[in-house]
Amino acid sequence: MSDVYVVGVDMIKFGRFPERTVPDLGAEAALMALDDCGLTIQDMEALYCGNLGQASGMVGQRLLQQIGQTGMPVVNCANACATGATAFREAWTSIKAGLYDLTLAVGVEQMGKGLLGGGGGGSGIPKEGLLGSGTMPAVFAEAGQEHARQYGTTFEQFAKVSVKNHHHSTMNPKAMYQIETPLDTVMNSEMISYPNTKLMCSVNVDGSAAAVLASEKKVKELGLMSRAVKVRASVLTSDPWQERDLVMPDVNSCTRNAAAAAYEMAGIGPEDIDLVELHDCFATAEILHYENLGLCGDGEAGRMIDDGEVALGGRIPVNVSGGLLSKGHPLGATGIANIYEVSTHLRGEAGGRQVEGARFGMTHVIGLGSACGIHILEKVA
Amino acid sequence: MSDAKPLPVVDYLKLPDDGDPYLEGQKCSNCDAIYLGERTVCSKCGARDTIEAVKLSNQGKLYVYSIVYRSFPGIEVPYISAIVDLDGGGTVKGNLINVDPAPENIEFDMPVEVVYRDALGRKDKDGNSYLSYFFQPISSKLGTS
Repeated sequence: MSDVYVVGVDMIKFGRFPERTVPDLGAEAALMALDDCGLTIQDMEALYCGNLGQASGMVGQRLLQQIGQTGMPVVNCANACATGATAFREAWTSIKAGLYDLTLAVGVEQMGKGLLGGGGGGSGIPKEGLLGSGTMPAVFAEAGQEHARQYGTTFEQFAKVSVKNHHHSTMNPKAMYQIETPLDTVMNSEMISYPNTKLMCSVNVDGSAAAVLASEKKVKELGLMSRAVKVRASVLTSDPWQERDLVMPDVNSCTRNAAAAAYEMAGIGPEDIDLVELHDCFATAEILHYENLGLCGDGEAGRMIDDGEVALGGRIPVNVSGGLLSKGHPLGATGIANIYEVSTHLRGEAGGRQVEGARFGMTHVIGLGSACGIHILEKVA
Repeated sequence: MSDAKPLPVVDYLKLPDDGDPYLEGQKCSNCDAIYLGERTVCSKCGARDTIEAVKLSNQGKLYVYSIVYRSFPGIEVPYISAIVDLDGGGTVKGNLINVDPAPENIEFDMPVEVVYRDALGRKDKDGNSYLSYFFQPISSKLGTS
């Protein structure tokens, strides 16, 4: 099976674009990724398009109706917040399988503001606020509280995640926000669901990102190896059975299983990873994933954030893009935006937030329900 | 109050004609996994036709919680969203009541009991009332029903 490379990748600056359409946003990122490698839509053999909000709306085809109806196969996919990573992985899989040499993966979302989750569902009366909360800030607060009950993790430690990621985003012009948020600002912002304050919740934004993937043969043939990024691992998992599943989504087991499989596929360990873009949908979640991804031992995540090991310049910088907390979280685009961020560092093109000498980078997303997507990328040139 | 009997807020809350309300679990006789709501296949071990209804305990321990200050329009806040491990098995999510909603008043593993009350006055489109379940600290002197 051929090795697979990312040859073109880009994302739009995340923001709020209510006047635009989902296919329009996706088309913009697709053209940017094609321009990044000097190829055209006519060169692409298949499109994998990730979008959640219009999952039944043939977004991929509508996107091609804007930028080039070549008649190529299009797969539209939805996998909660793992949607973009899933689209990317399908594009990777099809090259691995030998079907194609050049594929395009697009992730796009138009969000609007407001709370996610907790939607009524079922018959009778609304259950929100009656049988606890199904809102995302509460669900991830409870996930973080599981870490607090095991290891004594504090509100302040969770809040430090948000301070770090907002700081990182001041160096990322494509992030939604470029604003420093000191610890007292984070802890004193509106409490949404203890211990997650408003600044500890990811930002709902509109956004899109795209990647052009190529077989090794095609990368060489096109002379694109100098900026190519090698995909060393691509893994997707779902949630194995857990005792509290039905009332408490488990974001840990699927991540641990995916990380173990990804390290094995890449033939490297967490000590080899130079930067990570992980799923900080809420500040509480990021703490969990330091341990789930093996960046530290169990129970050490609080110390990791206290010691600055996960900040730019630290032992293993996490979410130098600003993360979902400040770059923003357009659900279907996030997985591919992560690929863009890591690729940009491996290419040495990340400007002020560059992780110096980065050779291996990891991306991670969780779609609640649950799906976990992990990719390990390697610098080539 | 009308004479109409309230409806259960979820199908795993049982309202027997001749006894007190209780929560019902669905237990796999092959692997002991416990579910809420009826089903025919166990998603832990994959066994079929091994699921049996069991009465869950009205006592348990607080596993984790969040204090919810922002919810959807019309939902009264703050409230405590709690996940409780019931004694003898089964994990249930609900509101923890009769506790001032502040972290210093809530401890992991605090003993709680399940109490059954009207569903905060919520009615369905046909005007039916519902009976819900809540958790309260066992030590609480408040909220005697």
